[in-house]
Amino acid sequence: MRDFYGITLDSMLMLGTAQYPSPHVLADAFKRSAASVATVSLRRESGRDRAGQDFWHLIRDLGVHLLPNTAGCHTVKEAVTTAHMAREVFNTKWIKLEVIGEEDTLQPDVFGLVEAARILSEDGFQVFPYTTEDLVVADKLLHAGCEVLMPWGAPIGSGLGLNNLFGLRTIRAHFPDIALVIDAGLGLPSHAAQAMELGFDAVLLNTAVAKAGDPAAMALAFATAIQAGHLAAAAGPMCPRDMATPSTPVIGKAFLK
Amino acid sequence: MKLLLNGASMDVQDGTLEALLTTQGLGDAKVATAVNGAFVSANFRATYLLSDGDSVEILAPMQGG
Repeated sequence: MRDFYGITLDSMLMLGTAQYPSPHVLADAFKRSAASVATVSLRRESGRDRAGQDFWHLIRDLGVHLLPNTAGCHTVKEAVTTAHMAREVFNTKWIKLEVIGEEDTLQPDVFGLVEAARILSEDGFQVFPYTTEDLVVADKLLHAGCEVLMPWGAPIGSGLGLNNLFGLRTIRAHFPDIALVIDAGLGLPSHAAQAMELGFDAVLLNTAVAKAGDPAAMALAFATAIQAGHLAAAAGPMCPRDMATPSTPVIGKAFLK
Repeated sequence: MKLLLNGASMDVQDGTLEALLTTQGLGDAKVATAVNGAFVSANFRATYLLSDGDSVEILAPMQGG
């Protein structure tokens, strides 16, 4: 199994912590799926309700690696400042770097992303950049100091699955030694299995689990699919072909006409 | 002096960022702070004197995807 900045994960499922019906359901989803990484964020806190403090105790008790994000940031400055604040609060060098460039698709601003990744890497962060499958951008992110890339499957929260199979196959083939995580857009466990069959190293998702009728059961379904896809990739899938070929041997067949 | 605290205008006594957190009931809380868009580490809150018109952000752990 691939390591992520020197950390080998027990599970290839990275799970978001937003949009669950309750904290109890969130915790149950992590327990059932044995997800190894929880993505978290930062928001304004007031002394009146101290909502963030309750959430902190909840995620601390999950016993998983924390991957804070810079969700909602549209500029390099916002993302870099948010990353510094997250590093202090969550006590981790890991940062899921998001610099959003377009509101309808939440597509990353890859120019800002590369610049922010360089600044943060030089400052000791271990950057997990939310990017596209663009090879040139991927190469620039690696030169900026990233050791992990997280191309999108589809727009965040869309549940559309892997929108650009050719692009994802290509990025996997082009960077065989880099840890690649499919981040965002997955809706079904079969999407996650497909990502792993393509040779990706992990899958990061949130909405498909949190918005399921039974989030904990769906989390387990995703974890199982990810494991199946990973096993399939390691086993060496057959090459598809256009014409049929009999699987039962023809030699020795009785002549009964 | 007048501050913008998490986007809301308020009058507070002159003092440090740490004192502001204490008066807001967040002295012991798991939070990160920024003033005028720049991160201020917890190590510097006790000596960071706020000025009239400063914009202070106090952020805490929250759900994220």
